Amino acid sequence: MNDRVPEHPLRKYLRPSVKGTGFCPGCGDGTVLQCILRAIDELKMEMDDFVFVSGIGCAAWIISPYFNGDVLHTTHGRPIAFATGIKLNLPEKKVMVISGDGDLTAIGGNHLIHAARRNIEMVVVCVNNGIYGMTGGQVAPTTPRGARTITTPLGNLENAFDIAPMVRAAGASYVARWTTFHPRRLTRSIKRAIGKKGFAFVEAVSQCPVQFGAKTGAGSAVEMFEMFKEKSISVEKASAMKPEELGDRIVVGEFADRDRPELCEEILRLKRGAGRGP
Amino acid sequence: MEESGVRSGRHFMMGNLACAEGAIAAGCRFAAGYPITPASEIAHALAARLPEVGGYFLQTEDEIGAICAAIGASWTGSKVIVPTSGPGISLMLENIGFAVGVETPCVLVNVQRGGPTTGAPTMGLQGDMVQPRRGSHGDYEIIALCPWSPQEMFDLTVRAFNLAEKFRVPVFVMSDAFVGHMREEVVIPEPDQIELVRRKIPETGTDLGRIRVFLDEDVAPMPVFGRGFKSHVTSSCHDEHGNRNLIDPTALDKFIRRLRQKILKHREEIVQVEVDSDKADLALVSYGAVARCAKEAVRAARSRGFDVGYLRVITAWPFPEREIRDLAGRVKRILVLENNSGQYFPYVRAEAAGLAEVEFLGPEVLGQVHGLDYVVGRIEEILK
Repeated sequence: MNDRVPEHPLRKYLRPSVKGTGFCPGCGDGTVLQCILRAIDELKMEMDDFVFVSGIGCAAWIISPYFNGDVLHTTHGRPIAFATGIKLNLPEKKVMVISGDGDLTAIGGNHLIHAARRNIEMVVVCVNNGIYGMTGGQVAPTTPRGARTITTPLGNLENAFDIAPMVRAAGASYVARWTTFHPRRLTRSIKRAIGKKGFAFVEAVSQCPVQFGAKTGAGSAVEMFEMFKEKSISVEKASAMKPEELGDRIVVGEFADRDRPELCEEILRLKRGAGRGP
Repeated sequence: MEESGVRSGRHFMMGNLACAEGAIAAGCRFAAGYPITPASEIAHALAARLPEVGGYFLQTEDEIGAICAAIGASWTGSKVIVPTSGPGISLMLENIGFAVGVETPCVLVNVQRGGPTTGAPTMGLQGDMVQPRRGSHGDYEIIALCPWSPQEMFDLTVRAFNLAEKFRVPVFVMSDAFVGHMREEVVIPEPDQIELVRRKIPETGTDLGRIRVFLDEDVAPMPVFGRGFKSHVTSSCHDEHGNRNLIDPTALDKFIRRLRQKILKHREEIVQVEVDSDKADLALVSYGAVARCAKEAVRAARSRGFDVGYLRVITAWPFPEREIRDLAGRVKRILVLENNSGQYFPYVRAEAAGLAEVEFLGPEVLGQVHGLDYVVGRIEEILK
């Protein structure tokens, strides 16, 4: 160990056995990983305050095996369902789900909207790269219409999910969207989500140069960064614009921040009513 | 009511309700499920009863959500149950495999109905007997118990929890609409008369890098969440500390073999059968609701002078190999009775091969109980 090289201030949150990550060059997962750990650090919380749950895919690897805490790496699409059982039985812990758009909105879409409807307290960080990365660049429910992928070689005929407004409509207490071009605001929203009593959803639009960039022609990580910068528009500004004016802009900001009855608290009231609660 | 929530005493009770009471008596405090006939009464009862004992029933958006929530809850240290019927199990199977792979105790109740597809929710077939053993992908071992009465819906549910906790594995209670909806006397013992097993959990402060918490053939302690273990639990192939390993075939070999061996090594403790057969010309093999018909047919045939015995399978999986082989060595012929087209039969025939002749007898009409005269008539034909 070289004494002159100071340890990264977030290194303490990673498993000691971790030597590096398996993310592709230019991937946004590292940025999101840092934003999450920075949020935990700035809140002065410990990894033992959390249980982390992930599904399958690139973003699922953000926590498994890197985060040095309780980690459940589950089956494809189901992390929110697993997290629901964990939270109901460990209501004093913060339960955080980190996964990709394919995992959370395609195969796992039903669990996502129902967890938001129940307003069970948990933080869901959805890394949205608009494509299936780990399986080789197939079309996702978030792939822009017309984009060429490995399974839409002639262009995607379907419309893309607008995830954040969908989760807001389903009933979440807190919903925000940023891109990897906005790491400070992304960190701030994750902090806000962790502090929220209720279902908190943070969408992180992220670059995937290896699959999305190469298949759709969006280019390198830097080019995609510039695209995020140019296309991003605040939710406040966007709300005053017509859809045709908005075009393919990326609306970022806080979509919801409200207080609604939270499931674990409601259950506690129910148990007290049954005369058996704590 | 006792703090344990156990409703001790004699009851006239439906099988499905006895199952719910068995879960509560076993210490279950979390259940998740999606409505499905003929299993719904279990969920109805748990939804009312669990809050009384500090627990909760979650009605999920689908059966996949139910099994996943239950597995998540089990990882917090809770005892969990998932009541459903065949189509529900079909949806859950991938994640039942997950529970096997990361060694999660949980109890699944399959109040079986007739299929394929939606079939007849209101009729009790033993339609899913191989599904728990072979339904999920990959190579694995599982435990499945077959109650034949409301009393056993209680007793075997308790036993299912004990086996699940002891071996860190999903355990099935393979009921059917007949047993689930049957009403009979159920005797619920006093709480101190009910044997309860709790999973081993490492001591607080244990460094998981120094002990095995997975893949131990003698069952590793479970590093449950929320106690500072920093557990790494992954469905991917992993070593005994939970570290993912996707590149070494020997790691996969250990992952598969040790998980199977964990059950097979302890099969003597797990496998239960009820035998009433010394040397006999013919033995009836059956389980669940059908075993009641078989036992009555044996009694009737014996009263007419036929030398007939029986074996009731209580633990269907792991397969009672030794017990079937021993039976086949003692008798000349075996008649396997099932309320299906012969799902368990090939396993019995294979095990008895070379020792006894084995044939299958389904009911006259699938979904109806085997008629007494029909079974005795077949016994007479065979032994004539």
